[in-house]
Amino acid sequence: MSDPIPWLILLPLLWGLLSFLLGARRGDQVAVVCLVIQLALVALLVGQVVSEGRQYYAVGGWGAPLGINLHVDGLASVMLLLTHVVILPLGIYARYYFSHDVKGVGYFWPMLGFMSAAINTLFMSDDIFNIYVTIELLGLAAVGLVGIAGNTESILAAIRYLLVTLLGSGVYLAGVALIYGSYGSVSLTVLEPLIENEVSVAVFLAAILMLVGLLLKTALFPFHFWLPSAHGGALTPVSALLSALVIKASFYLILRMWLGVYAPLATIPTAQLLGGLGAVAILWGSVMAFNQTRLKMLIAYSTVAQIGYFFLLFPLITEVGSGAAEIAMQGGVIQLVAHALAKAAMFAASGVMILSMGKDNIALLSGISSRLPLTLFTFALAGVTLMGLPPTGGFIAKWLMVSSAVISGQWIWVVVMILGGLLSAGYVFKVLRQALLPAAAEMKFRPVNPPLEWPAFLLAFMSLSLSFVSGNVLNILGAG
Amino acid sequence: MTGTLIYACVGAVLFVCGVTGLILLPHLLRKVLAFNIMGSGIFLMLVGLGQHDNISDPIPQAMVLTGIVVAVAATALALAFVRRLFYLTGKAQSVANLKSLDQTEEKLITMERNKEGDASK
Repeated sequence: MSDPIPWLILLPLLWGLLSFLLGARRGDQVAVVCLVIQLALVALLVGQVVSEGRQYYAVGGWGAPLGINLHVDGLASVMLLLTHVVILPLGIYARYYFSHDVKGVGYFWPMLGFMSAAINTLFMSDDIFNIYVTIELLGLAAVGLVGIAGNTESILAAIRYLLVTLLGSGVYLAGVALIYGSYGSVSLTVLEPLIENEVSVAVFLAAILMLVGLLLKTALFPFHFWLPSAHGGALTPVSALLSALVIKASFYLILRMWLGVYAPLATIPTAQLLGGLGAVAILWGSVMAFNQTRLKMLIAYSTVAQIGYFFLLFPLITEVGSGAAEIAMQGGVIQLVAHALAKAAMFAASGVMILSMGKDNIALLSGISSRLPLTLFTFALAGVTLMGLPPTGGFIAKWLMVSSAVISGQWIWVVVMILGGLLSAGYVFKVLRQALLPAAAEMKFRPVNPPLEWPAFLLAFMSLSLSFVSGNVLNILGAG
Repeated sequence: MTGTLIYACVGAVLFVCGVTGLILLPHLLRKVLAFNIMGSGIFLMLVGLGQHDNISDPIPQAMVLTGIVVAVAATALALAFVRRLFYLTGKAQSVANLKSLDQTEEKLITMERNKEGDASK
């Protein structure tokens, strides 16, 4: 086991199958133990990347161009570490969540294993066809997770999500066909110098197809229509996984191709277009979040808004000075990490509150502050991160992005970011205000399993303390 | 136009037909079929564009095999969900218009709640 890269793919596949065979009772123990091992493997891998630079692995001893190469650079290390730091507390959370007699536990652990394998492979892939396979696997696992509750609401959400994700990866694969037809290779390392020399119509078309396919999966406005029902309608541990990790995967691919293979096509108008869509997503998502009556739908629309922030990154890194681009990149990555931690914490906390209320309705929250103070505190901490107030990780991210926008003179994005922060304060305080009201006389809160509250708090605490370790995160990003 | 390019063009036409069907057709089973047509179109494009001077290239064929496996898995999952939806609601329709989709979902959900209520009585 000297090389952790293949084990990060094989281990989750193995425990996914094993937890299916063992059933829900013992499957969860296997899953949690293996998630701990995976976290250790990722820590080992990140250590190697920091000390030795980029890590490569040729699958089966056959490297590119004939075989498949896996590689891990700074950005991939950050994403892998983030995935495992988020997935382990959510796994523990899910164990206690399912002890509350919730339907669907039988399929949760196998699906989680497959999702984990797919997302790990996706971050390490180095060729566009392998990326297609991983986004398809990730999509199928995510759709399965949405549908495990098996009621009409979740099945409708799962079908809609499935059709969107199949359309997205199909359009992406059409782009892959055009690229292979033009250059006879799918390896990103091989393609990068080739595309720099000439850009034909086919390559331009391929870039657009691949971008649109990935945007559909990332749910950038106006492709966000499937997200609220899928993220809001799934079981809570699933909502947290989808919002925190799955949408980040396709965003990561867009970012990597933007900086790497399609860099010659990354022009200012395209960047401004993506930034503009991001700005609309922030405003629209926040307003929609504020208008929701169900807690989980509010958080799901908040995800639509937060996706907008990621896309503000593109105008800030395209054809500006290298100093401004580097600061923006650091801010964008911290924003990815902060959002993943905060959103996972927020969904997990909302799940505890909903279990206690017995129903997903913001109006029923009154009095929850005295019943579940820790959970409400968790929700508030995560909310503070989303607003971007100091001393959270969200603040560092917005600070870096705003400074970069000021350096490159793009004031409009500064206005959007500040306005977005205020709007997110609006929907977070809507929930907090209701929760701090005295309880209605006829409202009966059910007791919840006390350990359920701690994983959510841990996630929120990490999003808060991210500001103290952001230097280390940026070190990893800069390595390799 | 060479023979291989004809395959690619037919593939592109199938792809566009499939995407159109996937977006516009209301019946879920037809959507699943449209997805399969879209997939076949892409596979034709991959194989057609991958051939040069009438010598077939094995790499796109290997890719298409992988793609077929993925498409079969996706179709199976889609059919399982459609069957489950049909079992729950007696319908296998999705609605093109988003607003009416939300309304239909609400209606279906209340229908299901009522059914559960009746069953518990």
